[in-house]
Amino acid sequence: MSEPIILTPPLKDEDVSKLRAGDRVLITGTVYTGRDAAHKRLVDLLDEGKTLPIDLEGQIIYFVGPTPTRPGKSIGSAGPTTSYRMDAYSPILIERGLKGMIGKGSRSQDVIDAMVRHKAIYFAAVGGAAALISRRIESCEVVAYEDLGPEAIRKLEVKDFPAIVVNDCEGNDLYSRGVEEYALDEMEVNG
Amino acid sequence: MREVGAEQITKVVKQLALEAAYQLGDDVREALREGLRQETSPAGQDVLNQLLENADIARDGEFPMCQDTGLAVIFVELGQDVHIVGDDINEAIQEGVRQGYEEGYLRKSACHPFTRKNTGDNTPAIIHISIVPGEKIKLTLAGKGGGSENMSRVMMLKPSDGKDGIKDYVEQRVKEAGSNPCPPIVVGVGIGGTFEKAAMLAKEALLRPLDDSNPDPELAEMEYELLERINRIGIGPAGLGGRTTALAVKVEMMSCHIASLPVAVNINCHAHRHKEVVI
Repeated sequence: MSEPIILTPPLKDEDVSKLRAGDRVLITGTVYTGRDAAHKRLVDLLDEGKTLPIDLEGQIIYFVGPTPTRPGKSIGSAGPTTSYRMDAYSPILIERGLKGMIGKGSRSQDVIDAMVRHKAIYFAAVGGAAALISRRIESCEVVAYEDLGPEAIRKLEVKDFPAIVVNDCEGNDLYSRGVEEYALDEMEVNG
Repeated sequence: MREVGAEQITKVVKQLALEAAYQLGDDVREALREGLRQETSPAGQDVLNQLLENADIARDGEFPMCQDTGLAVIFVELGQDVHIVGDDINEAIQEGVRQGYEEGYLRKSACHPFTRKNTGDNTPAIIHISIVPGEKIKLTLAGKGGGSENMSRVMMLKPSDGKDGIKDYVEQRVKEAGSNPCPPIVVGVGIGGTFEKAAMLAKEALLRPLDDSNPDPELAEMEYELLERINRIGIGPAGLGGRTTALAVKVEMMSCHIASLPVAVNINCHAHRHKEVVI
């Protein structure tokens, strides 16, 4: 496996253009959290022509709803949630400047097309490695929608947060490539 | 008639909720290690190592193994000679879930289906009570994550689809689930009964130890064959490609209507959490 690429948000077009499906990255800096309910609110605001509570330009949204933070800790467990539930909302946010998303599981063609059109990246973190991932999160602060509890938007400061590029801005998809590479063909199944 | 206090049930349920979230079972750890021995994909090996390390960190009791600590699903086998005194048994269980999720810093994931407003204490938990002979109470708590539950299905096959149709359906379901349910997964299959009973059988199948095999040789064979087929798909750990797509397949079966062939596939992630205790 090749050396990971260091990323520091906010990301520019040139930062994301060089990334390819399968690349390992280490992210250091600010990442925002958001999942189902927060995405709906953000997109509703845009539909109403209102300003968002966070500036998305060049930013990364991590699809996560962490466990409550214990006293003395920076955050609870914080692994990725399944991304397809955000598919209805992501293209609109990508259009408004969002450059990266971190989650797990495959995305719709609409999201992939939006990533190609506006130069954005979809990363995967390891689903279920939530306790391990928390060690790379140095601080966590609710910045919007506190009433949503675990679904509130949080501003995270991360250091060497490990992720892998699933969809790059050329439309490549790591998941389909992985299955193609490791599927045993029918001959072998029948044999 | 044996008397059991409702407060004892609350205490036990609370403890089960905590253990399930922090202590990954030895059977699951061993299955992950076995996956590591079999895995040929470097990315897959890397993921499996991370999952074992993650389980070690969780065991210290500060960080739950997954942020999705699940809806609490509680199975109660209530001896018919037991008399519960004090509170209502259902409320005693809900209170145990409430206390466990609060004191254990576990995520509250229950919400209203329309407004999506969080109920705030992870209740209502899902409770399944069955009455059995004897004067004991067996309580099993499973912390069921949403990501893998979303990938589960019930299908009413035709009797003509037969055994091959069932196997094809299970394999197809796992293929379609792909990277979404956090592979390596555990696959619970319920065959027969009615629409809802098939789903219950699939869920109960997930409570079995990963290293056991079905006492019915025909079903044991089916479990083995399905696991082989699923691990040839190529999804692999975290869906990055590889051999270890499922850690185990568990099948439960019962008779069904002459017109029907119900089959349910309940998928669980590698954070395969269930703990039980007998009072």
